[in-house]
Amino acid sequence: MSQPTIKQVLFDPLFNNNPIGLQILGICSALAVTSNLNTALVMSVALTLVTGFSNLFISIIRSQIPSSIRMIVQMVIIASLVILVDQVLKAFAYSLSKQLSVFVGLIITNCIVMGRAEAFAMQNPPMLSFFDGIGNGLGYSVMLIALGFIRELFGAGKLMGYTVLPAVNDGGWYLPNGMMLLPPSAFFLIGLFIWAIRVWKKDQIEQPSFKMAPQVSNKEAY
Amino acid sequence: MEHYISLFVRAVFIENMALAFFLGMCTFIAISKKVETAIGLGIAVIVVQAITVPANNLIFAYLLKPGALSWAGLPDVDLSFLGLLSYIGVIAAIVQILEMLLDKYVPSLYNALGVFLPLITVNCAIMGGTLFMVERDYNLSESVVYGVGSGLSWALAIALLAGIREKLKYSDVPDGLQGLGITFITIGLMSLGFMSFSGVQL
Repeated sequence: MSQPTIKQVLFDPLFNNNPIGLQILGICSALAVTSNLNTALVMSVALTLVTGFSNLFISIIRSQIPSSIRMIVQMVIIASLVILVDQVLKAFAYSLSKQLSVFVGLIITNCIVMGRAEAFAMQNPPMLSFFDGIGNGLGYSVMLIALGFIRELFGAGKLMGYTVLPAVNDGGWYLPNGMMLLPPSAFFLIGLFIWAIRVWKKDQIEQPSFKMAPQVSNKEAY
Repeated sequence: MEHYISLFVRAVFIENMALAFFLGMCTFIAISKKVETAIGLGIAVIVVQAITVPANNLIFAYLLKPGALSWAGLPDVDLSFLGLLSYIGVIAAIVQILEMLLDKYVPSLYNALGVFLPLITVNCAIMGGTLFMVERDYNLSESVVYGVGSGLSWALAIALLAGIREKLKYSDVPDGLQGLGITFITIGLMSLGFMSFSGVQL
């Protein structure tokens, strides 16, 4: 395989190889923080930075890490970065960090970070790995922000806390769809998103494990 | 006693790890194609969860909490910022130890769990259980109950999903929805079903 260019690693994960839609990575935290746009935005920024920098640092020391303990080394690097993010959030945006509760800590076990470190940063030079991390973080962010946008807009009629569709309770006309704020809607929306992406990019469609046999002709049936 | 039963029921049904908090989704979707493997992984998660949550509880209470080091003569030390790093270290270590112990003493179970054990280190449900325990200030006995309950909730969810997916592969799904898409919608419906447990109080 030829060396991928920076542009490729940065933009490929957005739609062609979306971490959530195709690689099945990092869904864990993707859903819980998307009931409003604010937390979704903060989470995306945090994850993009952590993925980028963990890829960068792991790639710098990749030839020094003995392969038998590489998991632990990666884990320690990622955990230290996440602690940084956590402390910064606690210092400058305390109420937001309360809302995100455990999900900032869960970036450590987010499969995107681990997965990219293992699959990309261990084999590629630092700069390229850094952009691969940022690119995958952006792919995750696209999904997260889209979910947060839809869920907050239709669930509460607001965006980032500002009223967009005035709700019936406050004398407006929009009847909020409470379902959008509950966990199941996130699953449905992601399912539909994946459907939409795959209609657009046909090559991502999975083959069914069983094909339906064509209808037998009438003669045989009788 | 009643308090513990109520905590257990809440951990298993109402606050289901997979369906209400979306934890451990990556493995949840990747390993749920067959009922057998799903149940194997589920059991592994219960075991690991039941050990790590109380272990991390002890570490938090006696090493990390503000003032926790007073038994060592250091009452002003607050190490809680090291939490994340030590929890993940403990989880990784316990998984590793468990793997070695099982290999030596219960080889049949070790072979059954196989590749799933190391995977559990990066399962968010385990880490999530620990973080919830810290956030909600459980004591040691509560954290044992919570560990077993949340592990069981995850195992239950993955076994159910695997059962559905085994049947689902014979159905005629639209092209773009095939595979991942329809799985998400299935999980959504399951999660909707589990929501009916909310409000159950003992």
